[in-house]
Amino acid sequence: MKSSARWLTILAVGLLCMLFFYPLWRITLEAPQYPEGVTMYIWINQITGDSPGTLQNINILNHYVGMKYIEPDSIPELTYFPYIVAALGLFGLLAAFINKPKVYLFWAITFLTLAAAGIFDFYLWEYDYGHNLSDTAPIKVPGQAYQPPLIGSKMLLNFNAISYPATGGIAMGIGLFLSFVSYFISKRFSKKST
Amino acid sequence: MNTTKKIIMMLALAFGLASCGGDATQSSSSKKGAMASTNAAEAVYVAPGEHDEFYSFMSGGFSGQLSVYGLPSGRLLKVIPVFSVDGEKGYGFNEETKPLLETSYGFVPWDDAHHPELSQTDGVPDGRYIFINGNNTPRIARIDLTTFETAEIIEIPNSGGNHSSPFITENSEYVVAGTRFSVPIPQADVAISSYKDNFKGALSFVSIDPDHGHMEVAFQVLLPGFDYDLAHAGKGKSHGWMFFTSYNTEESHTLKEVNASQNDKDYIAAINWKKAEEYLAAGKGKDMPADFLINRYDEKTHMATSHKRNSVKVLLPEDCPGLIYYLPTPKSPHGVDVDPTGSYIVGNGKLNANLTVHSFDKMIKAIENESFAGNVEGIPVLNFEDVVEATVESGGLGPLHTEFDGKGNAYTTFFISSEVVKWSLETFQVLDRIPTYYSVGHLMIPGGDSKKPWGKYLVALNKITKDRYLPTGPELAHSAQLYDISGDKMKLLLDFPTIGEPHYAQAIHADVVKGNSKKIYSLEENEHPYVTKTEADSRVEREGNQVHIYMTAIRSHLAPDNIEGIQVGDEVYFHVTNLEQDWDVPHGLSVMGAQNAELLIMPGQTETLKWVPTKSGVFPFYCTDFCSALHQEMQGYIRVSPKGTNTPILSTVGE
Repeated sequence: MKSSARWLTILAVGLLCMLFFYPLWRITLEAPQYPEGVTMYIWINQITGDSPGTLQNINILNHYVGMKYIEPDSIPELTYFPYIVAALGLFGLLAAFINKPKVYLFWAITFLTLAAAGIFDFYLWEYDYGHNLSDTAPIKVPGQAYQPPLIGSKMLLNFNAISYPATGGIAMGIGLFLSFVSYFISKRFSKKST
Repeated sequence: MNTTKKIIMMLALAFGLASCGGDATQSSSSKKGAMASTNAAEAVYVAPGEHDEFYSFMSGGFSGQLSVYGLPSGRLLKVIPVFSVDGEKGYGFNEETKPLLETSYGFVPWDDAHHPELSQTDGVPDGRYIFINGNNTPRIARIDLTTFETAEIIEIPNSGGNHSSPFITENSEYVVAGTRFSVPIPQADVAISSYKDNFKGALSFVSIDPDHGHMEVAFQVLLPGFDYDLAHAGKGKSHGWMFFTSYNTEESHTLKEVNASQNDKDYIAAINWKKAEEYLAAGKGKDMPADFLINRYDEKTHMATSHKRNSVKVLLPEDCPGLIYYLPTPKSPHGVDVDPTGSYIVGNGKLNANLTVHSFDKMIKAIENESFAGNVEGIPVLNFEDVVEATVESGGLGPLHTEFDGKGNAYTTFFISSEVVKWSLETFQVLDRIPTYYSVGHLMIPGGDSKKPWGKYLVALNKITKDRYLPTGPELAHSAQLYDISGDKMKLLLDFPTIGEPHYAQAIHADVVKGNSKKIYSLEENEHPYVTKTEADSRVEREGNQVHIYMTAIRSHLAPDNIEGIQVGDEVYFHVTNLEQDWDVPHGLSVMGAQNAELLIMPGQTETLKWVPTKSGVFPFYCTDFCSALHQEMQGYIRVSPKGTNTPILSTVGE
């Protein structure tokens, strides 16, 4: 049973690495004149939509209330997040190689910290876009902010903004959970063997 | 033409009186049709937000356009400008679409569009293109069904009145163009009374490129100077043949309503186009000088270009034995319709009470036996008795067109007796009949001239409207009527007005087409020579007395929106690129005092409005399509200085 912690960790690294192939988060805007909804996907290295024009379309809608343009080039996280994820993955593989409870714990805590920091960072960006509005916006509603929820849905004027983890985010969550499971398995096994 | 109409109306009146002499109440309630049929409303009801089952493409007749209706609701979905300029869409007004309406005669802003014809694969409508003929200045247009826009217009040389067109072969090898008015070929300044000596009828086969749909005149067959009225391709066993009706085999050149109605039988011309291909390959085609244009719209450059052609390949029947045979058919046959199996060729003798059904097998046998009744200018004429399969005793008068339901039944319109008659392709007996309101011309069953009709609905395309709708002065919309033909008895479901004259129509199941319908044009792929892909590139450039404005449109502003440095008499070109990449966000542009229409620019597209200012001053321009909450703010000013002043060029937005 000693190897199960190792395999679980490798699986957790695999799930984490799905972030390179699947988006982390999705935000959908719904309004009557958008029967299909407008969905934006946040990746670790890019922002995409359900069509090549989605980001432009969201920016056009946002500019009426004075939100800043969402320009992936101006978000530095998108350039260094892939390295952080890669490093975290390598760390996981290293932990699996060493196969010691303490290393597993250290890896799991690092994973948790980085994931929490990443989501907090995402929240800060959402806050910034939603609150930092232009003074010359054509549509000004006193007291109204346009920050979409982190998880869940919220009405922002005529739009219902729905925000949830996407495939990559869900995989990362499972990976995070498995990283702790690995630690506990490893710990129990090492106790038994002593 | 007017006299003909009058005579026909008198006939219609006479027959109307004779046939419905019943009491007034009865006839007025029966005029509401089987409206009694309680579930008619339900049958045509398409709930809000739901889609119709069929796309129906109705010719706009003398409007020159093609309209798109949903069936069974009868809702108008779009009017596609084809042969006529359309200020609403800037069609024929903007610089990009002007070349589509160019001909060897110059710019022709109108035509008479008669027969829409869907492209086919294996004899079934495939939803790629729809073709339609221009009757007056002979042309064929191809409409792309991913954009529902006119993609190409080809001029037909040596033709006059392109009526028997653009009927298609079963794998879209050719659309045809037969001349309804024979003319001197080549055109010449001759006495009209020399008709019999100098006038010829040209039947054109226009090839369709299988990949991009481009049309070319592949060859023409020069025939005696009859009036070639309608056509249909063989299918299945008769694939490889094309059938054209003719009248005026009398070759008269005046008062045709009398002089072209003298012969008891005219001809259906059966042309073996596979044989024609062999003769062409063998070098039997003669190059004949002919000036005509092919105008093609390029979806990447968003522009149409005219291509000149100087000659056409012509086949002469005397050089090509076996290319053509004449099938005698009574009483000035109008429509010629081939049943879904390709076995029967129905000749609708328009001055007759009965329908003539020829057999393809019998025709082939008679040709093999060389059993000919004689010849006309060297063209073998088959014996009527050898080729006729049956005569349908219709009980109506004035049959014009027949379509099929794919279940062994045929449906024929009768103009004079104003009805649709259903008959059996097995027994050739009449099964049912139902009145139309009034004087039906063509009829349409979705896929009804193909190998696999969707035999659920029938649409009657009527010529006379009278009291069917609220009156609108002397001019009335023409009327179409929808019938349910799924049961033994035809049932009238719906009346709806149409644009122009709904001359003929075709319909196709929506599933074949709707998935291919484009939502936007890709801005990235826009190759217009005057495209402006970002607002930062918007600018004004002067070249001599031409001024090019590279303008962008995006919700909710135009850039530049302050322009100066224009002079009276300049040629000002507004090249406007719609930067939007979202579905259903067109922008428009109109300029005060411009002797031009608006632009209506789809997302990712570039269009050009030409304006020659005649007065100095400052003139507003604005977006005409209600695009957004700040549409009313989407406007700008252009300053025009007197000629010779040196106001510097200014091109700004937000400064």
